Amino acid sequence: MNDMTPTSAERAEKLEGMGCKRKRVEDIRFTQGKGHYVDDIKLPNMLYGEFNRSPYGHARVTKIDTTKAAAVPGVVAVLTAETLKTVNLAWMPTLAGDVQMVLADGYVLFQNQEVAFVIADSREAAADAADLVEVEYEQLPVNVDPLKAMAPDAPVIREDLKGKTEGAHGKRKHYNNIFSWQAGDKAAADSAFAKADVTMREMISYPRCHPCPLETCQCVASFDKIKGELTLYGTFQAPHVIRTVGSLISKIPEHKIHVIAPDIGGGFGNKVGAYPGYICSIVASIVTGVPVKWTESRIDNLSTTAFARDFHMDMELACTKDGKLLGLRCYTIADHGAFDACANATKWPAGLFSIISGSYDIPAAFCLVDGVYTNKAPGGVAYRCSFRVTEAAYAIERAMDIMAQKLGMDPADFRMKNLIRREQFPYTSAFGWQYDSGDYQTALTKALEAVNYKKLREEQKQQREAFRRGETRELMGIGVIHFTEIVGAGPSRNCDILGIAMFDSAEIRIHPTGSGICRLGTKSQGQGHETTYAQIIASELGLAADSIAVEEGNTDTAPYGLGTYGSRSTPVSGAACAMACRKIKAKAQMIAAYMLEVHDDDLEWDVDRFRVKGNPERFKTMIELAWAAYHEVPPGMEPGLEAVDYYDPPNFTFPFGAYICVVDIDVDTGTVKVRRFYALDDCGTRINPMIIEGQIHGGLTEAFGIAMGQEIHYDDDGNVTTASFLDYFVPTAVETPHWETDWTTTPSPHHPIGAKGVGESPNVGGVPCFSNAVNDAFAFLGSTHIQMPHDHWRVWTAAEKLGLHG
Amino acid sequence: MAKSQVEMKINGKTVEALVEPRTLLIYFLRDQLGITGPHIGCDTSHCGACTVDLDGKSVKSCTVFAVQADGAHIITIEGIAHPDGTLHALQEGFRQMHGLQCGFCTPGMITRAYRLLQENKNPTEEEIRYGISGNLCRCTGYQNIVKAIQYAAAKLNGVPFQEAAE
Amino acid sequence: MIPGSFNYHRPKSVQEAIGLLAKLGDDGRALAGGHSLIPLMKLRLTTPANLIDLAGIAELKGARADGNDIVIGAMTTQHELIGSDLLAAKIPLLREVALQIADPQVRYLGTLGGNVAGGDPANDMPAVMMCLNATCHIAGKNGERRVAARQFYQGTYVTALAAGDVLTAVRIPVPAAGHGYAYEKLKRKIGDFATAAAAVVLTMKGGKVETCSIGLTNVAPTPLLAEEAAKILIGSAFDAATVKRAVTAAEAITTPAEDARGPAAYRTKMAGVMLTRALARAKSLAKG
Repeated sequence: MNDMTPTSAERAEKLEGMGCKRKRVEDIRFTQGKGHYVDDIKLPNMLYGEFNRSPYGHARVTKIDTTKAAAVPGVVAVLTAETLKTVNLAWMPTLAGDVQMVLADGYVLFQNQEVAFVIADSREAAADAADLVEVEYEQLPVNVDPLKAMAPDAPVIREDLKGKTEGAHGKRKHYNNIFSWQAGDKAAADSAFAKADVTMREMISYPRCHPCPLETCQCVASFDKIKGELTLYGTFQAPHVIRTVGSLISKIPEHKIHVIAPDIGGGFGNKVGAYPGYICSIVASIVTGVPVKWTESRIDNLSTTAFARDFHMDMELACTKDGKLLGLRCYTIADHGAFDACANATKWPAGLFSIISGSYDIPAAFCLVDGVYTNKAPGGVAYRCSFRVTEAAYAIERAMDIMAQKLGMDPADFRMKNLIRREQFPYTSAFGWQYDSGDYQTALTKALEAVNYKKLREEQKQQREAFRRGETRELMGIGVIHFTEIVGAGPSRNCDILGIAMFDSAEIRIHPTGSGICRLGTKSQGQGHETTYAQIIASELGLAADSIAVEEGNTDTAPYGLGTYGSRSTPVSGAACAMACRKIKAKAQMIAAYMLEVHDDDLEWDVDRFRVKGNPERFKTMIELAWAAYHEVPPGMEPGLEAVDYYDPPNFTFPFGAYICVVDIDVDTGTVKVRRFYALDDCGTRINPMIIEGQIHGGLTEAFGIAMGQEIHYDDDGNVTTASFLDYFVPTAVETPHWETDWTTTPSPHHPIGAKGVGESPNVGGVPCFSNAVNDAFAFLGSTHIQMPHDHWRVWTAAEKLGLHG
Repeated sequence: MAKSQVEMKINGKTVEALVEPRTLLIYFLRDQLGITGPHIGCDTSHCGACTVDLDGKSVKSCTVFAVQADGAHIITIEGIAHPDGTLHALQEGFRQMHGLQCGFCTPGMITRAYRLLQENKNPTEEEIRYGISGNLCRCTGYQNIVKAIQYAAAKLNGVPFQEAAE
Repeated sequence: MIPGSFNYHRPKSVQEAIGLLAKLGDDGRALAGGHSLIPLMKLRLTTPANLIDLAGIAELKGARADGNDIVIGAMTTQHELIGSDLLAAKIPLLREVALQIADPQVRYLGTLGGNVAGGDPANDMPAVMMCLNATCHIAGKNGERRVAARQFYQGTYVTALAAGDVLTAVRIPVPAAGHGYAYEKLKRKIGDFATAAAAVVLTMKGGKVETCSIGLTNVAPTPLLAEEAAKILIGSAFDAATVKRAVTAAEAITTPAEDARGPAAYRTKMAGVMLTRALARAKSLAKG
């Protein structure tokens, strides 16, 4: 071996495998304006679709006259529910076991609900005609308050469900009730509360907000009459699911439906389900025989597509007098809007909400969630929520602070005292989840030390005294949280979407000259999959990441997958990718043994090659083995070098983290300045630290928006008042705080590469951290809980109520 | 409505076309000319995804009619790279500093940053954040976009880039 | 997203613009920077049949000194206001205000005239013009006339502009040397319309307030001139008690709308807080 031979470490570095800050492949086209998004697609003879929408939150539709609309030059057709009924598509099934109107069928149930679909040869004609559809309405009483939805005299939201006392998830206790779902042990919890020295109880509301990706939902449907085949381009986080659902409702066989999700401008859960726009475009294309494009406006997007949260959690904790948690109870009213269109796994109408015991060792726990219908847009599971984990984390982390306050304990100390200990892993929670791994004390300790927490509390103490003396009008708040979240849906025994188990897939083919292609069932909307999956392959197979093409989104070529949401790509498809690599590697090893004339067991792997144990001069690189696979394989072996893996995860993964936030509040205006935000995340094995950091920045910024001002607000008449960027708070670079990121690494023991997923953690942990900080600022004055969002006027009102304005 | 004749120079190329007066510049660029770099992200002129450089001004092309832009010189993201195809320092910076994720805000963001660096060759972080306050991003949290612009400024000024410590 | 149809006109002179507006009547609408009008058209909240684009009229641009006044053409953009050395030297308040309007792209095209004459109570310049005692130069079918900013605003979207009128320029008397000024704007985020904002210009002499004028933004159907509040301060030593009385008087004239920025009572209080801070800052800049 001479000095010029690269070392193992040098060879590894060149591969750009796991752990390195590989620069993104996607950026090459995005920075040059060569991304390929749905609205970039222009097909010959393509028509444009536009909706006429309801101005009312609840009304009977007594007449729809499309004559004037149809007469606009360029208009080809106008669809109404009557048209759709002829193909049995006036209603469509939702992912949550409900049904949803595609176009208004006798009623409209929320403002901006779709009433008619105009198809024209230009955007202008479609827009003009949509305005000319004449609709007669008889307004009906509106209810937008979920807490009033199950009152005995509440307006009936769903006439179509009248008399149906059974829903998709069991008995319905009221005509506006969707489901009643519970988890844990009520008797054990009640007993714990009965015995407890100290209890807390607080209504913790998580307001309705919206994921608001910068690109709205859109599609181009193109039905080929001659072949009887549908090609559907769209903003789909789960293209295969769209294909299967599309096939079930349209009766076009699945092999004749080609779903293609090109580049997607952000998803955040907004682009999982099927929308009326997609269905109408498909029908329109079938009817007209030409492609039909539908793009929604921002107002359409914010007011009608998958919103997030709207969970109202009556939360209780029970403790001993020295602060040991004994029990948890939570009764939640979940507002799903007019239709339950939640993208939840079938068995989980409230998603993974029962992660609500969080990072804490709570022996007895119980939660009950009642889903209700209101005159609001349908949905609920979205916005980096990991299937309601954001709601659960918000509840537990706020409750922990409120309980700490009641006990007179520091919130960090109270948490430290109750964190699940590292010796307890794998830990089974009172709700039955088996947490895979964690070292919470290390994370929280590291976070507290990084911000010099003791010093911050000292500073706060001085500052409060100065405030009392009238020397300052600012209050300092410190928010501390430790979250545990549950991602990687999911094991087939727990998780299915409309019956399809939530495995995921990777298919890898290595070419003769040693480069390759990997196709997966997930679908990036900005997470950098083209870059990161190649890093896994580079580390597993010893082929440079740059030599691996990664493709997602075309259902004809990608193996079946359930898509990207709920931080599931790394835990599930990442695992499939690693497993497929190992199948390839096993075959390559046999080829190497044959070529080197040794036994399989005489070989060891060294970064990018198999070498003979004790004789490292004799080796075959993966590149050489690739050629050999096509050139001369051992007798009896099939040529080629590829594998597919469908990975059914044995468990979820449980990323965790400790976040600390410092705010300074101007009591006289209610403005909150974020002085500092420190986020420590543990997502297990870190594939690309640069991309992880980017995900944290983005998720924290979304959390900041939610905590500080986002709400999808309805007035009592059912008018949505915050449906544009005039009012829906999306922070600019000026408001957005500076983020400090840190990490620990506690691999998942059941995951092939020990990785857990990270995309949603910052939203899960970020929102309660901001909210705890704001609440903490006022806690010394006796305030226990101030509701989000913490926009100026609400913070000011809290200060006013505390008598701070003299 | 009767169409009007417009002529513009777009990314160095002269373009002549007929447009309806109500055709917004963003639709003219995207639908009529196939220049799909600038994007549409909102209805109320807030998000800036449609930003182009028009006669030396950063302009939201969703709030300008094509007829208003008659005679204008327009640069979009497709025209930001150098004529020989080498990337502009901003395009390099955005990749090096991970200043993008889904890529949807990126064309408008880079086009705006291009003009920002013409206005101010050496902006502070605060000036950068203020300077891109007309461009929304949902993915990055802006922090790496700021770094990307700082990277580009350094490169354009011929000085080494010092990434600020976390 | 798609506006209604219209015919587009691009006159080359004020006369030509006036002539077109007279001819088209209710069917014609002037287009300045477009960043108030075009968003309304995209939402189809307004569907003018004709747009008369003022961008081609050279005489509507530029700022010049005229005796003790500065006259600014109505089509001067916010960006040009910010970059004007003349204005920075003579009326620095304008730059401070313009920097808080919208965002860089909007400022490149948004005009002073559009902001002054649009009639939207949320716009920043109207209260500032009242504070500066500016005069609006108006051209119409009956010739030219001038209306003081303090008489210009009559209701939400109702101004002294008659049908067919065009605001051609704004004339501002240069504030005295050594004046103090400030514009305090509370907003939910940068570029937002004000939750409440206060403009202050004052001069001090011998430790006492010599002159003072106060404008309030977005806390009533029109911009407000807080005359009573200013009167209270004039002649005073700017002591805390007097300032408090003045602020109370200013709050008393507000009738804010309730919207996502907050309830009316909150916005009134915020007008007070913004005024308090604007006064303090203006005072700190004033010489004498």
